[in-house]
Amino acid sequence: MKANCWVKPNTVRVENVPDPTILNRRDAIVRVTSTAICGSDLHLLDGYVPTMQKGDVMGHEFMGEVVEVGDDVDGDKLRVGDRVVIPFPIACGACAACRAEMYSLCENSNPNAGMAEKFFGHPIAGIFGYSHLTGGFAGGQAEYVRVPFADVGALKIESDLSDEQVLFLSDILPTGYMGAEMCDIQPDDVVAVWGAGPVGQFAMDSARLLGAAKVIAIDKQPYRLAMASRAGHETLDFTQVDVRSALLELTGGRGPDKCVEAVGMESDHGTAPIDAYDRVKQTARTESERPHALRQAITSCRSGGTVSVVGVFGGVFDKFPSGSWMNRSITLRAGQCHVQRYMKPLLKRIEEGQLDPTRVITHTLPLRRAPQGYDIFKHKKDNCEKVILKP
Amino acid sequence: MTHDKLTRTLGWASAGLGVPLLLSAAPAARALGIRDGTRQRATMTAVGARELASAAGLLGQRGPTWLWTRVAGDLMDLALLGQAVRSRIVPPRAFKTALKQDDRVRLGRTLFATAAVIAVTGVDVYAAVTRSRGAKRQPRDGMVSLTSSVTVSQPRDEVYARWRQFERLPDFMAHLDDVTVTGPRTSHWRATAPFGQTVEWDAQITYDIPGHRLGWQSVHGSEIRNEGDVRFTPAPNEQDTEVHVRIRYSMPAGKLGEALARYLGEDPHQQLDDDLRRFKQVLETGEIVRSEGAPWGKRARREFPQHPARPLSARELRKVRS
Ligand SMILES: NC(=O)c1ccc[n+]([C@@H]2O[C@H](COP(=O)([O-])OP(=O)(O)OC[C@H]3O[C@@H](n4cnc5c(N)ncnc54)[C@H](O)[C@@H]3O)[C@@H](O)[C@H]2O)c1
Ligand SMILES: [Zn+2]
Ligand SMILES: [Zn+2]
Repeated sequence: MKANCWVKPNTVRVENVPDPTILNRRDAIVRVTSTAICGSDLHLLDGYVPTMQKGDVMGHEFMGEVVEVGDDVDGDKLRVGDRVVIPFPIACGACAACRAEMYSLCENSNPNAGMAEKFFGHPIAGIFGYSHLTGGFAGGQAEYVRVPFADVGALKIESDLSDEQVLFLSDILPTGYMGAEMCDIQPDDVVAVWGAGPVGQFAMDSARLLGAAKVIAIDKQPYRLAMASRAGHETLDFTQVDVRSALLELTGGRGPDKCVEAVGMESDHGTAPIDAYDRVKQTARTESERPHALRQAITSCRSGGTVSVVGVFGGVFDKFPSGSWMNRSITLRAGQCHVQRYMKPLLKRIEEGQLDPTRVITHTLPLRRAPQGYDIFKHKKDNCEKVILKP
Repeated sequence: MTHDKLTRTLGWASAGLGVPLLLSAAPAARALGIRDGTRQRATMTAVGARELASAAGLLGQRGPTWLWTRVAGDLMDLALLGQAVRSRIVPPRAFKTALKQDDRVRLGRTLFATAAVIAVTGVDVYAAVTRSRGAKRQPRDGMVSLTSSVTVSQPRDEVYARWRQFERLPDFMAHLDDVTVTGPRTSHWRATAPFGQTVEWDAQITYDIPGHRLGWQSVHGSEIRNEGDVRFTPAPNEQDTEVHVRIRYSMPAGKLGEALARYLGEDPHQQLDDDLRRFKQVLETGEIVRSEGAPWGKRARREFPQHPARPLSARELRKVRS
């Protein structure tokens, strides 16, 4: 079959690879009908996530049709022929983390837990197409994928919603939603969202849905800010204004009550010297992140407020604003999304028309043109917001 | 006295440096290219005293503490020498003309001393780091001692019962190939040791408190001496079970064997952790999870690089399944 593979930093290539087979008794094989490129894939492409290997199949956002199931897959839950969306974290459903609905922390789904433990102190769940640290699972930017613990995560789509309407339940819609949910939004809250990429856009929509009085998008891409503005959110271009002062102005001097960080480890800077500092350190691998947006979110947040981090970080960074965080009673929350927890409620909201995930799709390409998709998404060419690939 | 050769050598080196510094600070300062003055002389004497203290510590005591004091001392020396260099080459632009002949000789000596201290620092850091590791891991009798714990979401009796089926331990313990129960308290074990050797031994249960605790030991005269102990205790939530394992064994080829094995990517501590993770997987999910990158189940020996995260070819699959 054809699959989009990681070759080396800045290079992915569509290659012919063997078809997947059942390896565990609760596996299913899914024929992919739609898959997408995520901001997280860019961190892999750019080489900032350790333990990628030549030939790894990329992709953790995908959906399709079940074509084979292992002997122990619960037939009441999943059968051949089902149309399913697959959540990106692989979760067993039985461990303490899964029972607490913290699926991205599943204690049984990462065969390379020992490796992850060395990086993070404790291991995290397996993730499709997302380095060997998270298990070395082949990803979904392919014609077929093997899905472990298929009867736990797979969400069956029984209505006639299009792929485009439900595909993002695999990752970015729940992720944006969790970003807003972790803010514990109260009526009257002003919520600022750093990053107007697809994750940020869905965090904004979710914040409004959860009752925020005002939502402010921060980015530097005019077309992404325009997209947020069309969806009814206010916008700030961090290259044009001083973000902290602009936020004070928009909030009567208080600062946003809640902040969502949806940028991650490759944040850009408004100011050159700090940008240079982090770039040099990241290149020399003495710092794994460029965390400007996170620093700024912490210092901009209203005293007593919450900063919710869904942008991905991988290692360590310097100049953490500990004084601002501690003295002002800021709550920091974070996580890889516990997607399984949100799929059904969010599907319902899509069916009811409360959320329209299709609004971020700007490009649809055949799978064989995946490298081009990465190129336009990474370099923000052609006003690209989100790329869908069709095998 | 310390038995570790490198530690002993470093101890004598400290002594060799400390004595002349203490007894004749002035010539020592000259040899290092440092200006001779009361302050400099006092510094030399202090450094000498420090070295003697290190020497006594290194030669007299076990443990890595004094190796770390040597590292700290090295850093102090580097700072002092750095100061000496800087005080000599100001202003830098007028370097050649401003520097008097004897100043240049002294600068040369200081730079030479600095290079030497940097090299010594390297050795000290190496010794301190390696000995710090060894200090925790190596008991005196040459046996390797491992401990690990895991929490399993199952009642205590079931977790105990699964472990008690010795013949099924090889399902999740990477090195065990086969266990045969030979009597009510005895069993025969076969395992793969590093470098592909096979070792076998007979074991007997030393105590068995159903649902609580289990201990075993190799019988006298076994090729590989070993003993183990597992405790099953309720987790704070009263539903889950904490499994605490302690294993001790004599390593074939001793310490060298262990060091070499670790160099080749077989860390026994890591492997016991992984064994317990697989035990948990088997109990909670029914089997050991496999990925395309790590398709071998319990036979995953090396962490990285793995098989690429892409489906396996028919040939690779046959190899994995055989
Ligand atoms: N937690 C999770 O489970 C999860 C899931 C999916 C994605 N993610 C992460 O979310 C982040 C965003 O994903 P995406 O797909 O939207 O990516 P994206 O790359 O399309 O979006 C990132 C946006 O941040 C903007 N940005 C850069 N520097 C900024 C700054 N200093 N201030 C404000 N905006 C800035 C960029 O211009 C870009 O528009 C990534 O880090 C991704 O890895 C996390
Ligand atoms: Zn993603
Ligand atoms: Zn789990």
